[in-house]
Amino acid sequence: MIFSKIFRRQAEPDPQVEAGLKKARRGIFQDIVALFERSEITEDLYEDLEALLIQADLGVETTVELLENLQDRISREGIKQPSDAREALRTEMIALLHNATKNRKIKVYQRGVPFVTLVVGVNGTGKTTSIAKLARYHQKQGRSVMIVAADTFRAAAIDQIRVWGERLDVPVIAHEPGSDPGAVVFDGMQAAHNRNIDILLVDTAGRLHTKHNLMEELKKIRRVMQRHVEAAPQEVLLVIDATTGQNGLSQARHFSEAVEITDIAIAKLDGTAKGGIAFAIARELGTPISYIGTGEKFDDLAEFTPETYVDGLFFGDEDEED
Amino acid sequence: MFETLSDRLYGIFENIGKKGKLTEQDVDEAMREVRRALLEADVNFKVVRDFVSAVRERAVGEEVLRAVTPAQQVIAIVNEELVRILGEERVPLEYASQPPTVIMLVGLQGSGKTTHIAKLAKHLREEGQSPMLVAADVYRPAAIDQLHTLGRQIDMPVYSEEGESDPVKIAWNGIKTARDRSASIVLVDTAGRLQIDERMMTELEDLTERIKPTETLLVADAMTGQEAVSVAETFNERLNLTGLILTKMDGDARGGAALSIRSVVGVPIKFIGTGENVDALEPFYPDRLASRILGMGDVVSLVERAQQQMTEEDSHKLEEKVMEGRFNLEDFLNQLQQLKQMGPLTQILEMIPGIGQAMRQSDVQISDDQYKHVEAMIYSMTPEERRNPDIIKPSRRKRIAAGSGTSSDQVNQMLNQFRQMQKMMSQMGQMGGGGKKKGGLRGLLGGGGNPLGGMSEADLEKMMGGGGGLPGGMPGGGLPGGMPGMSGGGGGDRGSSTQLQPKHANRRKKKKKSKGKKR
Repeated sequence: MIFSKIFRRQAEPDPQVEAGLKKARRGIFQDIVALFERSEITEDLYEDLEALLIQADLGVETTVELLENLQDRISREGIKQPSDAREALRTEMIALLHNATKNRKIKVYQRGVPFVTLVVGVNGTGKTTSIAKLARYHQKQGRSVMIVAADTFRAAAIDQIRVWGERLDVPVIAHEPGSDPGAVVFDGMQAAHNRNIDILLVDTAGRLHTKHNLMEELKKIRRVMQRHVEAAPQEVLLVIDATTGQNGLSQARHFSEAVEITDIAIAKLDGTAKGGIAFAIARELGTPISYIGTGEKFDDLAEFTPETYVDGLFFGDEDEED
Repeated sequence: MFETLSDRLYGIFENIGKKGKLTEQDVDEAMREVRRALLEADVNFKVVRDFVSAVRERAVGEEVLRAVTPAQQVIAIVNEELVRILGEERVPLEYASQPPTVIMLVGLQGSGKTTHIAKLAKHLREEGQSPMLVAADVYRPAAIDQLHTLGRQIDMPVYSEEGESDPVKIAWNGIKTARDRSASIVLVDTAGRLQIDERMMTELEDLTERIKPTETLLVADAMTGQEAVSVAETFNERLNLTGLILTKMDGDARGGAALSIRSVVGVPIKFIGTGENVDALEPFYPDRLASRILGMGDVVSLVERAQQQMTEEDSHKLEEKVMEGRFNLEDFLNQLQQLKQMGPLTQILEMIPGIGQAMRQSDVQISDDQYKHVEAMIYSMTPEERRNPDIIKPSRRKRIAAGSGTSSDQVNQMLNQFRQMQKMMSQMGQMGGGGKKKGGLRGLLGGGGNPLGGMSEADLEKMMGGGGGLPGGMPGGGLPGGMPGMSGGGGGDRGSSTQLQPKHANRRKKKKKSKGKKR
């Protein structure tokens, strides 16, 4: 909910909703602020901080490392004031997330060659909604967009993406439910070529990363793409639910092994989840995190930046301290 | 990837063992590991705190300090406490005194409500009920279509209203219709929502007010992190939840969220979702989740699945054959087919203590395709050859290879492995005269109450047997390790992976690895 403030929600100012937002914000942000309101830096401070970070889903190892780095910095820089320590924590958290952005590749959009984004993830993380948002994002940059409905497994997934396509005025390439996802991707690639499409977004069925056969299917989809465009898919986007706990690491690891994830999107950050798994992923895997989803509307997609992420989730704006 | 808690505890106590005396500091160290294991399984921070202090209190007592095998003792305590929190026994669904019983599913977006409506409907029909589904998710595009599609798949009526945007109206009319058609159960699908979305939560309150569901089940994703508790708390405050369905348990999530929800909110976990198909719904058993959270495998589910595939009589016959060394390729083919019906091989292996972990560690991928070669080879044999593989000489081998699309070498390899397995089995049969080894699994089942709780790690290890085979009453006798052809299938790397080692070997290997990593 904090994000909605930063990324301008075009929502109706419903007082009830606002109350809900406040409630969510109160959680960890206020706790962290309160933590640094004491008069000196004590052992307790670290302990309480550890508790808060673990509760934000950073995971034990990441939390421990972050605290070690913080302590180092505090002694190195001779920090005495808790408010300075808070600033130091912010710096360390941002530095940690930079692990996940420094590997980000620059996106090259070539004329005449469709830029293909393969969207993958476990069931129910928000792939289809993220695709709609991505479509909107590219449209706003003046690029032509097409969607391929390669989730042929889940009941009515194709209908769902068609509805989005209509609302966004984006063509959707689809086959019958239950058909081979490779085949519809093949057609999509062809259609994108023929119609000179800039961006081809490919929706895939949600799959648990532990299912070998389903991961093989993704590899096959990728091979089909490469037959048309050697560089495709130029973007392989893993969508992770912000409420995910430590399993998010396993997801990132397995999907990367199968289809070389180039970017991660953290979806559903409009809830009370702190999305702490981003820190764990940044630390352990360094897979680039590129987008965040902050609501249910088309426009609720923002680029991931470590500063905004940390400020949004843990420190809030200045005016929130009232 | 994950080091299981039991491994870590063994590591700690092994060192202590050398000192010969267990101190309170040792227990503290053990408790730190317990804490860490639970946090890594996404158990809520506060729940972990309370849990650890409860375990500690028991652990510093005489029973652990004096125990010959303190690690086992601690694991047993942890396991018992987990089961206690998870709810000692299974709480079934409640039915309304006057049908139809209304069951409403609620939850966050993407937790699996719609899919689980269908699974639940199918499950209830198998229990003799006549369910009807009501599509009250008017928000997500195509959610209603999805329910209709699922309804067609399982051949169950679905009530929906085109153009109606008020879920309360739809649900109310749906229940009326169900009554008219004398359906005994109405399952209401609701839209996913954030627990802090005031408008949407009020809508659910209105809905509850109107349709007065007997069961309000929260559908929660097993992969959820620390937020699980606040989500469940809010839903419970507003709707008085009666139970929980934990979904996506077929992945590698430990499902600590369930423990947290159970502990803080107090609602019982009623079902777990274990796959994408409409059949993949299982009743919840606390002891099984406890061992999963601890990474100890799930022998009981495994045995149960096996039993579903095999009658008592079958299993007796098989046991006799195994003991007398008469187990032939025909039997083996049968076993293979039954094994296949139990579910994907990886899932089955995951349930065996130590193996899931061994597989993850060596990063093994076992695909069900690997059975296919073996199956094809056996299908290409004459009945005589299947009963008496010894008659298979080069010319027959060539024919079998041609018939199954494999090579002569592969056939040979499969036969050799089969012979080894046969030998192992007959040895096992001779050993198991009246001792614990034979029917170890069955004994487990017969124990009643809380089978895993009373079982020590040593028993689990014993069950895995030296060669990695499951003894006795388990169909497919030498399930892991000795499965012929498995290593022939996918090239060297995969092959070696299926050589499952006994637990110690594996533990030692891992310890080395983790030591290297820490510094």
